[in-house]
Formats: sequence, structure tokens, C-alpha cells
Amino acid sequence: MEVLMAVVIGILFMSATYLMLSKSILRIIIGTGLLSHGAHLLILTMGGLKRGTVPLLGEQAKSYVDPLPQALILTAIVISFGVTSFFLVLAYRTYQELGTDNMDQLRGKEANE
Amino acid sequence: MSMLHWAVFFPFVAALFVPLMYKRFRWIHTGWFVLIIPILLFIYFFIFIPKTSNGEQVMASLAWIPSLDVNFDVYLDGLSLLFVLLITGIGALVILYSIFYLDKDKEKLHNFYVYLLIFMGAMLGLVLSDNLIVLYMFWEFTSFSSFLLIGYWHHRERSRYGAQKSMLITVLGGLSMLGGSVLLAFMGETFSVRELIGKSGELTAHPLFNATILLILLGAFTKSAQFPFHIWLPDAMEAPTPVSAYLHSATMVKAGIYLVARLSPVFAESGLWLWLIAGFGIATLFWGSFSAVKQTDLKGILAFSTISQLGMIMSLLGLGAAALHYETMNENIYMAATVAAVFHLINHATFKGSLFMAAGIIDHETGTRDIRKLGGLMNFMPITFTITLIGALSMAGVPPFNGFLSKEMFFAAMILVTEMDLFNLDTWGVLLPVIAWTGSIFTFIYSLIIAFKPFTGVFRPEMLEKKPHEAPIGMLIPPVILASLVIIFGLFPNLLASSILEPVVAAIQPGLAKNEFHVHISPWHGFQPELFMTIGVIIFGVLLYLTLNKWNKIYGILPDRLSLNSFYDSLLKGGEKVFISITKLFMTGYIRTYLVYIFLFFIVSLGFTLFWKDAFAFDSENTAPIGIYELILATIIAIGAIAILFAKSRLTSIIILGAVGYMVSIFFVLFRAPDLALTQLVIETISVALFLLCFYHLPKLPSRKEERMTFKLNNALISIGVGVIVALIALSSHSNKLFDSISGYYLENAYKEAGGKNIVNVILVDFRGLDTMFEITVLGIAALGIFAMIKLRLTRRKLTDENE
Repeated sequence: MEVLMAVVIGILFMSATYLMLSKSILRIIIGTGLLSHGAHLLILTMGGLKRGTVPLLGEQAKSYVDPLPQALILTAIVISFGVTSFFLVLAYRTYQELGTDNMDQLRGKEANE
Repeated sequence: MSMLHWAVFFPFVAALFVPLMYKRFRWIHTGWFVLIIPILLFIYFFIFIPKTSNGEQVMASLAWIPSLDVNFDVYLDGLSLLFVLLITGIGALVILYSIFYLDKDKEKLHNFYVYLLIFMGAMLGLVLSDNLIVLYMFWEFTSFSSFLLIGYWHHRERSRYGAQKSMLITVLGGLSMLGGSVLLAFMGETFSVRELIGKSGELTAHPLFNATILLILLGAFTKSAQFPFHIWLPDAMEAPTPVSAYLHSATMVKAGIYLVARLSPVFAESGLWLWLIAGFGIATLFWGSFSAVKQTDLKGILAFSTISQLGMIMSLLGLGAAALHYETMNENIYMAATVAAVFHLINHATFKGSLFMAAGIIDHETGTRDIRKLGGLMNFMPITFTITLIGALSMAGVPPFNGFLSKEMFFAAMILVTEMDLFNLDTWGVLLPVIAWTGSIFTFIYSLIIAFKPFTGVFRPEMLEKKPHEAPIGMLIPPVILASLVIIFGLFPNLLASSILEPVVAAIQPGLAKNEFHVHISPWHGFQPELFMTIGVIIFGVLLYLTLNKWNKIYGILPDRLSLNSFYDSLLKGGEKVFISITKLFMTGYIRTYLVYIFLFFIVSLGFTLFWKDAFAFDSENTAPIGIYELILATIIAIGAIAILFAKSRLTSIIILGAVGYMVSIFFVLFRAPDLALTQLVIETISVALFLLCFYHLPKLPSRKEERMTFKLNNALISIGVGVIVALIALSSHSNKLFDSISGYYLENAYKEAGGKNIVNVILVDFRGLDTMFEITVLGIAALGIFAMIKLRLTRRKLTDENE
């Protein structure tokens, strides 16, 4: 299973990279979204998969899955959501103010001179 | 803290009070207050002469950074004493001269005297300190104050150019000298020059020894304007004339000579040291005197002549190092070179100072320094003419002035070199006296030009800005004093012999101090070869001077384009251009380019490390079994991730991203993470909503069309690389598990210690609650940021309109 997950994560990273190298701001943000999915799955996979039951003590099971990666991912999800939403509004304001979504046109002033 | 320390600090402290005096006593020329300082210091140092001539030294220490072995240790012996007397003595004369040279109403005198006092203190510190780091500190202080003084008339473009040039070149050398000092301290395990001299034997064998020589000498050569670093000195002539007389003839340019003399006992065992100093010195001597003849500016001639004379002193110091290789006193005739170097150092300070002051007087009283415009001033300025004549003839090496004696000693030393059986000197050494002799002929020619061109010939008042007349008495006193010293030292050279010269030679060659030696300079020493060389110089010099107009076309042979100055300029300009174009090459301003760099670096560095450490591992033993649900989900995610790349409309790609997000949350369900699944589901929903909002509000722009991403091979290769590397790292780290998880502790203690059954939640708020607190902070900041971004409209709409 871990091998399969590694391949899936690799594909997610690949698509994310390709999107981030594109010209449109929206595609770059979609790329970051895919990238964070990839990263979260990576953390989960590295913690080991399916070695027990849900980490709830009420289950009275013999073994539980590792709870620590789950806590880490939960934190990461929330942070990446905060950053993504900020980034999206930033992109929205950029459209409004500068009237373009093309990264090639969004260059520093000095470079335009 | 001894009196010597106070003597070094005295000018710095006095500099603090100069602006006060300037503001408070506007009607008195500020220079009068300043004049007291060098006079007091000169008297103070003069008292040391009997001590040092007995071979005694004065040491004092002041802790500065004792833990790093950096202490302000002062050490006064014959060599330092000679320099402090020059610095304070000529300093006093120059300040007196400047009182009459600079107008108290038109010039910003407080700046001038503050800079000058900083320089004086720095020079005193440089020659008195025994610690290499402190020496370096004062060394840079002199560069820095010299920069300020050259750029004193900062509204002139040439002054700024000269100041910048001298700063760049001397700081280049200063930094290299710092490197040399550090290496030296590393080899000898001390920063103290005296202790290093004691260890010179073991230093010579060290593998870093030659590198140290090169670094130290680069510092000394740039400061003392040796070929090819001499180019800053002629441009430094934009400074006020008192500054040129003080810094650029008598003191600062001799800092490099001081350094060479001071460190001679450490390095002189080495043939490299001897050859470099003697070789560069003699080259500088020739090139300086050759170039001086073509100058038309009085100060330009004097600058090149300073370069040439410094080269002469330097070459003598180099040859003097040979004396260390001879044990017996009878054989040790090479010590004579050191005596000649020191004697000429004193002589040069006297006659060059007076010549600069005379040139300043001519400039001050006629308004020009161009020798093509000057002529026939003899009747207007008889005293200045006399001073110039004495100085110039001394420089040319004509009896009975002191320059004659040192030039004779110079020739004698050069002839002796050819007999030396060291370092191939007996073969290639023949070149040295020949070059020295040729250089001296040119010295003779430019000396005559200085002495006669402005004062004889036709007087052309229409070329001059002012009506010429003799200078005020105050301006004449300092050069008259210096000129009388020229004559006194010329007629009674042995006045200096036992009081000054012997202790200096003992300091430069401490091994010889044990032996009995006496310096005796006789004005007449019989018909020696050097006498005939001098006669030859005079005859050829006069002949060439009289036929100057016929042969000075040879200076046109070397075009300006090939000169060292234009090389320096093009280095500066070209360097700027090259670096700007290199920066423009990789700083394109496109975010895509920078991302490419980052991803490429990621691929290359991680891929290389994996390969290098042989970390590829594939271990499927410890893996979980693949179920049918997982397989389907994984396929959907993979298809979704790739499908986004081919989506034509943005709406499709947003929906696919949402699909991928939901699949991830189902993965969380399958992998037994209920809290994650919940959070992921909610957040994915909100994110998709936000994406749609963003998409909906896109302005209708004509340029923006819905189109598929164009395929780019480079991007594809980079992204495939990134994906492969991440997958490989995941596999490798999974297959190389080193330690067990620490989660056993959480499983055991979640209920016992924290009283909760949901372990993930207990970890989030109890075991690792700090993470959660700051995660909340992140969300809060993001919310505030979004609010501010939407509400705050400090737009520069006008500006953007103009840009369009």
C-alpha cells in the first residue's frame, strides 16, 4: 500500500509543479492546493498505514494507528487553508487592481524599464 | 595607559574640539589652535632621541580585547621614532602653511582640520603599535582620512574621482594586508610584531610563508604607490596642496615603506621577499621618473617623482634584506643599502615637502600650475625660486645637497648587489644598477623642469589669472625651514648618523645590533664608481633636458588606451557592465524563472544526495496490503491530478481540485483518521467555494480567454523530476525506518494523564497544545489580513493609470 501511495503522491507533486510553472495565477493556486494534498498524504503514509484501529480509546482494541501524524496533518490542513484563502483573496484583489491574471505581466517595475 | 598612548590619542581628542573652536572663534584662523598639537607632540617625541640612540626601547600595553590577543601595545624604537618625528615635524610645518593657504572665510576649515588631525593620530598609531590588528586598524584610518582629504573640495568632479580611486586601491591593499596579518598570527601564534620577529626562523619553514609575503606586500605596495598600483597617487593631487605635501609625499605613502622595514626581520630570510621588493621598487623608480617628464602639471610631476623616489627607497630596503644572509661583519657591506634607504627617506621628506609647498605657492599666487603657462617668475618670486632650486637639485642628486649623498649611497648599494652570490643576484642583478642609472637620468630631467620651467623663460602675464607676487611670510616659513634642513643634512650628514640612522638600522636588522657597527656618511669618499655614475647622470641629464623638445615625442608611442589608468577605468566600468548583465541574465523578474531555479535545485541536490549515499531502497515487506477501495481511490486521485493539467476551463479545474480533495478525505476515512476526514471535508468545501468566488469575480478582460495550458517540454520534465524525486524519497524513507514511533506513550497516557479518549484531540490540545495555539493565530492573522486587504484602499490608481 505504501508503495502505491508513494506513486500517487509523486503524481500529485508532479501535477502541482506543472501548474505552478504556468502563467495564470489561478492555476498556481490550484497547484499549491494539490501540493498540500500531496504533503498531507505523505505525512500520513510515512507514519505507517493500517496498523490497527481508529485512535479512540473507547474502541478497546489491541493496537491503534499512530495518532501523532494525524495531529500533525490536522494542524497542517488548517494552516494551509488559512494561507490558501489569503492567497486567493490576494489574487482576487490583484485582478481588481491590476486587471490581469497573467504572471508574465505581473513583473516588478524595474524590469519593465 | 602610558604617555605614549595619550600621545596617539591626543590628535583624535583634539579633533573633537576643532568644530567648537571654529564656531566659537570665527575671527581667528582655526589652524592656529591646531598648530599647537603637532608642536607639543614633536617636542615630546624629540626627548626620546637619547634613549633610542642608546639602543633602548619603550614598551607600553593597553588591554583592548585581551581574550583575542588584541591589545593596543605601543613600541617605540629607532624606526618608530624616525616616523613619529617626520609625522609631527612635517605636520606642524604643513599646518602652519595651511593657515596661509586656506582662506578662513571661504573654506570649511573645521572639516579640514578634523580630517587632518584624524590622519595624524592614525599615522602615529600606525607606526607606534606593536599589535598587527591595531596596526591594521590605524592603517585603514589613514586610508579613510586620506579619502576625506582628497575629496575635500567635494563639489569638484575630479576630486571625487581621485578620492574614490585612492580609496579603492588602498583599501584593496589594506584588506590583503589584513589577510597577511592573520596568516602571520596564525603561523606565529601571536599578533605582536616583536614576538614574531623572535620566531622568524620557524616561520620561514611554514608552508603558508610565501602566501603571507604576497599578501603583506600587496598591502605595502598599494599604500606606497608602487608600480602598478601607483595610479591613485597622481589623481590624489586634486587635494589641497598642504594635504599633498603632508600625506602624499612625507607620511602616508611611507606607511608601506614602514611596514616593509618593520617586517623585514620576519621575512628577510626569503628570496621571494628580497626579489619582489627590489624588483618592484626598481620598476617603480624607472616608470615613475620616466612618466614624470611628460607631465605638464607641477603637482603631477611631483606626484610621479614621489612614486619614483618611493620605488628607490623600496628597492634599497629589498637589497638591505640581503645583509641577514651574511654572518661576519667584514662581509656585511649590504647593510649599507638599509642605511641608504633610511637616509633617503628623511631626505625625501624634506625636499619633497618643500617642493610641494613651493608648487602650492606658485598655484596660489598665479592661479595655475600648468608649466606651459608659467614662465619668468624668477623676478617676482625670488624666495620661492630659491626654495624650488634647492629642493629640485637635491632631488636630482647634485652636491652639496642631501639628495646627492643618498643617491651616491644608492648607486653604491646597487653596484654591490652584482657581487652578491645569492638568489641569482650575481647574474640578473646586473640589470638593477643599469635600470637605476637610467631612471636617475630621468629624475635629473624632471628636477630641472621643476626648477627652471616656471621661473625662467618668457613671462606671459596674459596666461595667468592673477598678477604674480611673492607669497606671504607665513607661507614661506615652512618651505624655508625644510630647504635649510636639506642643506644642513647635506653639509653635516653625520648629525643624523648616530642619533637617528643607527637605531633605525638596528631596528630593521636586529640581528646586527649585537655587532658593533657605525654609520658614517662622508660627503667625499674618493673616486668611486658611484661618483662617475653621478657625473654621467648629470651630463646626460643636462643634454637630454636641453633637447627635450626633440625627443619627447616618444611619449606619444604608448597610446592612452593602453595606459594603466584606462585599464583601471575600463576595469571599473567594464566590471559594472558585466555584473549588471550577469544579474539581468538570471534575475528576469518572471516568477516562473525563479520557480524553475528552485525546483531544479531541489531535483539536483536531492537526487544527487540519494545517488551519492546509495539511498535507493525498495522494501515491500513491511507494507500494508492493498485493498480494492484503496486501489480505486488512488486511481481516481491520479486521474484527477493529471486531468487538471488538461482542463480547458478554470471551472473544470476547480471542480477537479475539489474532487481530489474529497478523495483525500475518503482516504483519511480508510486510513482510520476520522478527525482528519471531517476537517478535510469541511475545509475542502470552503476552499472550493472560495475558488469559485474568485473565479466568478474575474473581470471581463478582452485579453483573458479560456484556453488550455500549452504544453511545455521543460516544465513537463521539471515536474516529472520533482514527482519522481518525492516518490523516491518517500519509498526510501519508508524502507529505512530506523526507530520505532514514540506514539506508544500517547496511547498509554491519553486517558491516564489527560483524561481524554480521543487521542488525536488530546495531542492537539493537551500534549502539544502550543502548536494549536499558534495555528489559531495563523488563522486569525489570515482573517485579519483578508479583511485589511479588502477594506484598505490606499490605491495608487492614478499611478497605475499612468503606467498603462
